[in-house]
Formats: sequence, C-alpha cells, structure tokens
Amino acid sequence: MLTVRNLHAAINGKEILRGINLDVKPGEVHAIMGPNGSGKSTLSMVLAGNPAYEVTEGTATFRGKNLLDMAPEVRSHEGIFLGFQYPVEIPGVSMVNFMRAAVNAKREFLHLPPMSATEFLKLMREKRAVVELDNKLASRSVNEGFSGGEKKRNEIFQMAMLEPKLAILDETDSGLDVDALRIVADGVNKLKSAENSTIVITHYQRLLDYLQPEFIHVLYKGRIVKSGGPDLAREIEKRGFDWIKEEVDNKED
Amino acid sequence: MSALNQYLDLYSQHQDLVDSNSAHILNALRPEAYKALKKMQLPKAGSDNYENCDMEALLAPDYGLNIANVPIDVNPSATFRCDVPTLSRSLSMLINDSYASTSAPLQEEGVVVCSLREAATRYPDIVAQYYGKAADMNNPAVALDTLLVQDGYFLYVKRGAKISHPLQLVNILENGAPLMAVRRLLIILEDEAEARLLVCDHTQNPDIDFLSLETVEIFVGRNTVFDYYSLEESSQKTHRISSLYLKQQEGSNVTVDGLTLFNGTTRNEYYCRLDGENATLSLYGLAIEDEERRLSTYSNISHLKPHCKSDELFKYTADDSATASFTGRIFVDYGAVGTEAYQANRNIIGSDTATVTSRPELEIYNDDVKCSHGCAIGRLDQMQLFYMRTRGLSEPMARLLLKQAFMADVIDKIGIPVLRDKLHLMVERRFAGEKSTCHNCNVGLCGK
Repeated sequence: MLTVRNLHAAINGKEILRGINLDVKPGEVHAIMGPNGSGKSTLSMVLAGNPAYEVTEGTATFRGKNLLDMAPEVRSHEGIFLGFQYPVEIPGVSMVNFMRAAVNAKREFLHLPPMSATEFLKLMREKRAVVELDNKLASRSVNEGFSGGEKKRNEIFQMAMLEPKLAILDETDSGLDVDALRIVADGVNKLKSAENSTIVITHYQRLLDYLQPEFIHVLYKGRIVKSGGPDLAREIEKRGFDWIKEEVDNKED
Repeated sequence: MSALNQYLDLYSQHQDLVDSNSAHILNALRPEAYKALKKMQLPKAGSDNYENCDMEALLAPDYGLNIANVPIDVNPSATFRCDVPTLSRSLSMLINDSYASTSAPLQEEGVVVCSLREAATRYPDIVAQYYGKAADMNNPAVALDTLLVQDGYFLYVKRGAKISHPLQLVNILENGAPLMAVRRLLIILEDEAEARLLVCDHTQNPDIDFLSLETVEIFVGRNTVFDYYSLEESSQKTHRISSLYLKQQEGSNVTVDGLTLFNGTTRNEYYCRLDGENATLSLYGLAIEDEERRLSTYSNISHLKPHCKSDELFKYTADDSATASFTGRIFVDYGAVGTEAYQANRNIIGSDTATVTSRPELEIYNDDVKCSHGCAIGRLDQMQLFYMRTRGLSEPMARLLLKQAFMADVIDKIGIPVLRDKLHLMVERRFAGEKSTCHNCNVGLCGK
C-alpha cells in the first residue's frame, strides 16, 4: 500500500523529517507516537502533499505510484485521506456543497458521472450516521462554529464519504472527551476493512485501545527510532518517551 | 490643454441643440455648470480622493456625443424580454442617453416612472424642487453631466405609496463608433414611501469604446424605505463615471449596493447625507476585477443628525493586472450624537501584478459615537486551499469556492430574494471564467 524510504522534508528551510522509513500493507493499522515536535504532523502533511513542505530527499510509493509527484487532490483521488489535527474552518462554504464537490471530483477522476442530488443526500445521511453527526452541521459552513469534538467527528464523516484506501488520522483523539472519543473510534472501526489501511498519529493509549493497531512506531527527531507491537504502546503509556529519547540521544553521542 | 475644453467648446457651439432636445429645468442649470467647469481642473490619478482614477485621461478621448438625439437602430424589445410577470410592467431602459420603456406605463397609485425629460415637462414643480439639489456642482463629473445631460430616468413615489415589486432600469450602451452617453437619474421618495430599484449597466458592443457619465440624485423622505442596486456588466472598453448623491430624512432606511461583475474602467462615487435623526444607511459593494480592469470607489458618508446608523462593506477581488481602490470617508458632525458608523473594506489579491488600495478616512466631531473601520488586503488562505485539496477538489475549484465564499456575505445582504439567488450564481460563473454572467439581462428580474 504505502512504502516510504529515507524521506526527508523541510519547512521554511528547516529540516523536520530526517529519513523516514515506513511500510504499510492493506488491512494494517499503524500507530505513530512520539514526543511533541518529533515530526508527526509534518509526516502527515508531507504524505498528503501540503505544498508548504519541501521534500528534500527520499521516496514515497503509494499502490505502486510515486506519491510525491502527485498534487494533493490527486492523492485524495488515489485514496489517501488526511484527518487534520486542526480541521480548517471555511466560512461561506457549506458542508453540503463542499462534500458534493469533493465526491464529484473523485467520480470525475474515476470517469464516473456526477452523483444525482438524491443519491448524494442519501449518501450523506448514511455516512453521517457513522459518527452520529447532526444534520444541522452538514448545512453549516465547513467547520465554522463546530465544537472541537464536532470538528473531529466531521473529519471522520468526510473520511466515510470519500472511502479512502489509506487514512492518516493526525491526533484525531486530541481535545475529545470520553464519549466523543468512543464515537470517533467506533466510526474509524466501522470503516476498517481488509483492503484499507490506517495510520493513527497520537500521544495517547486511549485511542489505541479502541483501534488495536498491530504496529507501533515511535518518531523522534524526524526519524522512526523504534517500532514494535501493541506492547510498545503500553510501555510508552507507562514510562513515557524519555527512555526512548535517552536511548537515541546516547547512540548519537 | 485640459480634456474639459472639448466639452466646453461643444457646449458653447451647440448650446441650442443641446437645449432643444432636453427640457427647461435641465437647461436652466447648464450655464452654472459651464461656469463651474471653466474654473475647474480635472483631478489626476493620485490626487485627493482619486486614488487610481485619472479623470483627465477618462475624459480625454474624442467620444461622439449624440446631442442631436438621432435615434439609433436598437429595438430593445428584441434584445430584452421580461418574463417575470410581476416585474415586466416596471422595466425601463436608457439606450445610450435616451429613455425607452418596453412595458406599458406603470399604473400604480402615487408612483411615476418615466423619462426625466418628460417628467420635467409634466411635473415641473417636483423636478425643479429636486433637480441638482443634492449633487455638488464642484464635482467635475456632476458639472459635466449637468452641462450635457438631455435625458434620464425619473422615479417619484408619493407620500405613503409602497411599491411591492422591484423596479428595474437597464442602461444599454450600443453604437457603431465610440460614444459618450450622459445620463441623469432623479429619484424622489416622499415620506413613508417604499421602493426598490435595480439598475443594470450593459454594453452591447464590446469592440467599441464607450464612456458612460451619470449622476444619480436620490431624495428619501421620512420613514421611507429604499433599496438601490447598481449592477455593472459592461465591457473592457467601457468607461463609467457614476456619481451618486443621496439625501436621507428622519427614520429612513436606505440600502445602496454597487455590484461590479464585468467592467472596463469604473469610477463609482457615493455621497450620502444622513440628514434626519434615526436614519439608517447600508452601503455595500462587491467587485470582481481581473485582466486590465480598473475600479475606483469613493464613498463619503455624512452623519449630520443624531442617532443615525451607517454600515459600509465593500469587497473586491483583484487578479492579473487589475487595479482596485477604495476610499471611504465618514464624517460625523458636532451634533450627531449617538452615531453608529461601521466601515469595512476587504480585498483578495490574486497576483503579483494586481493592485489594491484601501483608504479609510474618519472625521469625527463628537464623543458619543460608535465607529469602526477595517480594511484588509490579503491572499486566499493557503491552509483552507490545502484542506479542500486533500478532499479531492482541484486547486481552481478550491479557489472558486473560496472566492465565492468571500463574496457571499455581501450578496446575502441583497434585499431582493430573486436577485440575491441569481447573483450567487452570477458570481460563481464569473469566478469560473465565463465571459458573461447575465447575457441579455438574465438577472432573474426580467428573465430571458
């Protein structure tokens, strides 16, 4: 599904990613953990194609295609979805129009005719139910006036609408209360299948308890410094990141 | 030598001809206009309140003027059709500088819609009482208009009369050679009256240079409600100088909205006087400027009496090598306590060669006021663009939606629902790159 090799990336001339290697196969759930500033969000931005970031070295292949050559919209059409840590408010653009444009852009890419209004509304209704998103929010401007929890649910709703092959969820759990976390996690689980994969970026064990990732990676100073199974996440929950940081820093010395 | 001389010469040589095709009340003001212009110098770009507008250059070309009033071969009913039954009866036209009505005269109690020339003959008392009483002869555009104008549009709404449906005036520029059309709009609403007017400017022939010179005088009585929408969809070769003068009495509520979808070089001036207590003015505008188009807006709102409110919002987008400027003056007089005046000018600039200038000017002479002004010039938000693209929207599509969203609040303030809905569509088409958004006046008020 996704193969990342020696990926380096910088923003405003400052190198943040310093050689990422990552393999994600269909049906897998990976968690990326790591202390603040380690480059987790940068990795998600680079994989989604944010033009503010410059890839300086390395490769990323998605389903056999060179991901780094693709515009963000093409990555989306090819099946990549980024759930934003801070979903962007877009006043004046309604959720309905936004989603209709998104769904039809993908259909155009797939050489399918635009969806009829009835079909589209039916799809909206169906996918809203996945994250128990209020109908009222769908008629409002994108993320405008949404609470923190609503914004995150709205991300998962969009993911449900777009049916990605690889979802990258950047701290989707941050700012969520227990109930909202359960709804979001349930939503992600409902969308899971043997064909699609998920990368979860998080600080906390909580979300991982719901999503049960098989692969845990620790990102530090722009590199994946440790990978392991679910036990690693539990250890981090108990001991924090300091012991990993020390390991790495000692090696560097 | 000033560009003015050609007009002064024309007038002194053909005064009789100008007069003979007009009406006594209009003729009576010409000598004063002539005298004023004789002493005047045309403002150049960069002079006070003329940010990017060079009046000398605008008036310099040798346009033809149809002072002999030769009818041109245009059949308005062939070009424009009005399908909306409730509105078709109130469509008027100014073809170049001559009034033409495509519908039967409006049969509404206490309402007169007709040519200004006709009004000056049929209702001389009313016209004489108002004509030239709001517009300032020290303004070169007004003086020149007064000097040469022969006809225009007249709307009179008697005390207490309320027109439920919107009125429409379509200004058409159509000629085979460069032409200057001089127009005058005189709008009088007495106390407790109510009306809404949409004025559309169209250019039929995009290959010809046109200059449209218009002065609009609006008198609004006590507790009167009036909406004035001016929609320009002209051509790159159209030059427009429009000076609007508004006088509002106590308790009146007026909306003036300048919508520029397609233009060439446009100078829009709004002089608004809140001349009675508790009057409310909403002054709005939007403009979509690209290619080589130019727009210069000057607004001047005077709060002269207590407890008046003005709300001003202008939004522009400028792409390619377009130029847009906004100068907004708000004057609050000594006695005008309890004034509320809000001004905002927001702009999105889409290229390195486009220019936007924004200049607020507040002049406040008492302490009991609530005033605010804000101007912003920026680019589209990169994070919003990226967010939309991660959902699969192409960059042009994302830009289109963001620009539409940017204009949405100005459009939502339009008080005629059918016009509001249509304008959302027209703005969308405009941003999507269509060459025309309302061919044959398909604004929705008059259908296709």
